[in-house]
Amino acid sequence: MLHVDNRSMVHHTLFCMVKYSDPQLNRTFAALVDQTRRAILDRLEREDGVSISELAKPFAITLPGVMKHLDVLEDAGLITRWKQGRTVTVRLRPDPMRSPLDWLRRYERFWSPRLDRLAKYAESEEAKTSRKGR
Amino acid sequence: MTSFTLVRRIGARPAIVFRALSTPEGIARWWGPDAGPVLSADIDARVGGRFRVRFRLLDGTEHEASGECLEVVDSKRLVMTWQWTIGGEPDERDGESRVAIDLRPIDIGTELIFTHERLQTEISRNSHERGWAGSLDKLERYLSVESAVAAAP
Repeated sequence: MLHVDNRSMVHHTLFCMVKYSDPQLNRTFAALVDQTRRAILDRLEREDGVSISELAKPFAITLPGVMKHLDVLEDAGLITRWKQGRTVTVRLRPDPMRSPLDWLRRYERFWSPRLDRLAKYAESEEAKTSRKGR
Repeated sequence: MTSFTLVRRIGARPAIVFRALSTPEGIARWWGPDAGPVLSADIDARVGGRFRVRFRLLDGTEHEASGECLEVVDSKRLVMTWQWTIGGEPDERDGESRVAIDLRPIDIGTELIFTHERLQTEISRNSHERGWAGSLDKLERYLSVESAVAAAP
């Protein structure tokens, strides 16, 4: 039974590797193609919870410009914003990244069992060679 | 476009692992049979040489991947282009990705570093900017995903 499962998984791997028309995934990637937005995510990866004025500082764009980028990131579900008094704090929310990672994992599942078998095969060849050498 | 890396530690010398990767007999032995039989395996492991692997899955469908050897360094490195020529993933068929395998001698035998890179997706083709590959790498860190799976024998 285990073998059947493995085979159907490989089949699934081949046919579903890049079949994504998931709107959430499109939003995620659309958000990620912009350099400024990636820089914002980078910053939020390093610092947990940054105010909007702090976030805007390194960029040569206006505060409303930064707000626009934050809107896109929030729509994609990549960040959350909340207000504390007069300060709006932004925080990273990495959940939507899981779909792109699943896509990569499908490729990994294609290769992983093959590399396991390659290792076993090479080890059996090594054992044969060592026996001959003795 | 993006990539991933898998690592294996193998109890065999690099020369033996390299032979398993770069000869038709070798490839036929590990490509299958667990995932369905290998129908044919050809490789001319020289720079500019071609490889071609055809296999059948349990459901009877046949698939073939082929490519060109770009770098061949005996017992050390094998780089080839990768393309689905039959079956596989239709969206990947126009595109060419790249497989790079590096072998490094270690105490128990060989460390194999396998990288499948320049993978395309519908999304990457549709976007004018392709800068998100780097972002994906970072996302993996965000989520603490292990992309290198070390399977010691």
